[in-house]
Amino acid sequence: MTSILSISLGAILINNFIMSQFLGCCPFFGVSKKIDTAVGMGMAVTFVMGLASAVTWLINTFVLVPLGLGFMQTVAFILVIATLVQFVEMFMMKSLPSLYQALGVFLPLITTNCAVLGVSLQNIQNGYNFIEAVVYGITGGLGFTLAIVLFASIRERLDASAECPKCFEGVPLALISASLMAMAFLGFSGMKIW
Amino acid sequence: MNTIIFAVLVLGVMGLLFGLILAFASKIFAVEVDERIPAVQECLPGANCGGCGYPGCNGLATAIVEGKAPVNGCPVGGAASAEKIAKVLGVEVTESEKMVAHVNCSGDCDTAKNRANYEGIEDCLGAIRVANGYKECAFACLGLGTCEKACPFGAIHVVNGVAKVDEDKCTACSKCVAACPKHIISLVPAANPIRIDCSSKAKGKEVMDACSAGCIGCGLCEKTCKFDAIHMEGNLPVIDYDKCKKCQMCAKACPRHIIEPWNTPEKVKELQEIKAKQAAAKKAAAEKAAAAKAAAEKAEK
Repeated sequence: MTSILSISLGAILINNFIMSQFLGCCPFFGVSKKIDTAVGMGMAVTFVMGLASAVTWLINTFVLVPLGLGFMQTVAFILVIATLVQFVEMFMMKSLPSLYQALGVFLPLITTNCAVLGVSLQNIQNGYNFIEAVVYGITGGLGFTLAIVLFASIRERLDASAECPKCFEGVPLALISASLMAMAFLGFSGMKIW
Repeated sequence: MNTIIFAVLVLGVMGLLFGLILAFASKIFAVEVDERIPAVQECLPGANCGGCGYPGCNGLATAIVEGKAPVNGCPVGGAASAEKIAKVLGVEVTESEKMVAHVNCSGDCDTAKNRANYEGIEDCLGAIRVANGYKECAFACLGLGTCEKACPFGAIHVVNGVAKVDEDKCTACSKCVAACPKHIISLVPAANPIRIDCSSKAKGKEVMDACSAGCIGCGLCEKTCKFDAIHMEGNLPVIDYDKCKKCQMCAKACPRHIIEPWNTPEKVKELQEIKAKQAAAKKAAAEKAAAAKAAAEKAEK
């Protein structure tokens, strides 16, 4: 139980995927102009990360490791994640149209998201068991959601208010504010859990 | 050697398996999409501006095919896209009138008085948080460009403290109408020159004190209109564009010169000249009548 709690806290705050590990920065900058879309994207990433953790852990434990093919992890996981996302998209379109309306547009973007691949690889590196892996995936996604929603709120305010030099408008300003946010998250790295 | 063969085999089998799964899934989970929807979407501008009230062009295309929206539901594409869509669906077009956005305020830096100097966030939303804006009139355009930022077509600009619509560029997408925190932008028919340039529901004296280009609610326009097309609602005239015959009598009658097209300085001058001439003619006629009367009386005697 304590391990699950420490994994969750670690994934959300201390080793936040975006702010400490710099994984998944593409959607972080691409889909963070509005809070609404940022929430949608965060939810979609959380969903896919949890699912991908489960499936890749199973593939690794029951297919790759017994055959001594641990070095094929990256390639195999990309294959699995891409298939998974496609499958989930089709499934949602048919069975859960309302959820598809909310998350649908973001799903294809996640297919090649490195945070999803990162969580799958880290599950193996950290030697997590199945439950721990799924928890790490979901909480990692929640950490991503936290970061992207905070960032979107900052950007909304910046867009409305900031009088910044022309050359800093848009992405440069976003990069700078993201770096400041990352420094703030650095404060969590001093935390030690059990 | 074995590892290589294994690796190739495992990955190959996995790929094949996943491919098969996806192939079957696409059969099982296939959603029947009406093939007319993409065809209709082709005819739409694709700006996803939401001016039609549906979420994006795809939403409108779906609604049109399902018969929930008219073929001319897109205000941006207008008649051109309506015709194309009608061809796709094989129905008749009902002519849609081109609309444009109009800012119902002419209280610019010269006419409207300020009650404070505002030096906060350059945005009307920000200015409104501070005691409902810095202008004396509570209904005035603040001219900080919230609508300008909202316009995806670059058709609205702040000129001398008041937002003005470039009607050639305006597509009536309603983005500015929704964005304006004072709710003083409305859609009007592009072909009708009559527009009201004030949104103040305040009483006459308050308006007089706050702005020299404000409606004082005198109701002269309502009395002047011969077609019952203009009515006073809460100290403000509202035009019924279906009844309006574009005679422009109301604009000429307005003592505050806030009904377009008779509101520019040149037009006002022209109007004053016309009125002076009319007054002179009336005076002359009266004099003539008096003289005739006097002559008649004289003759009687």
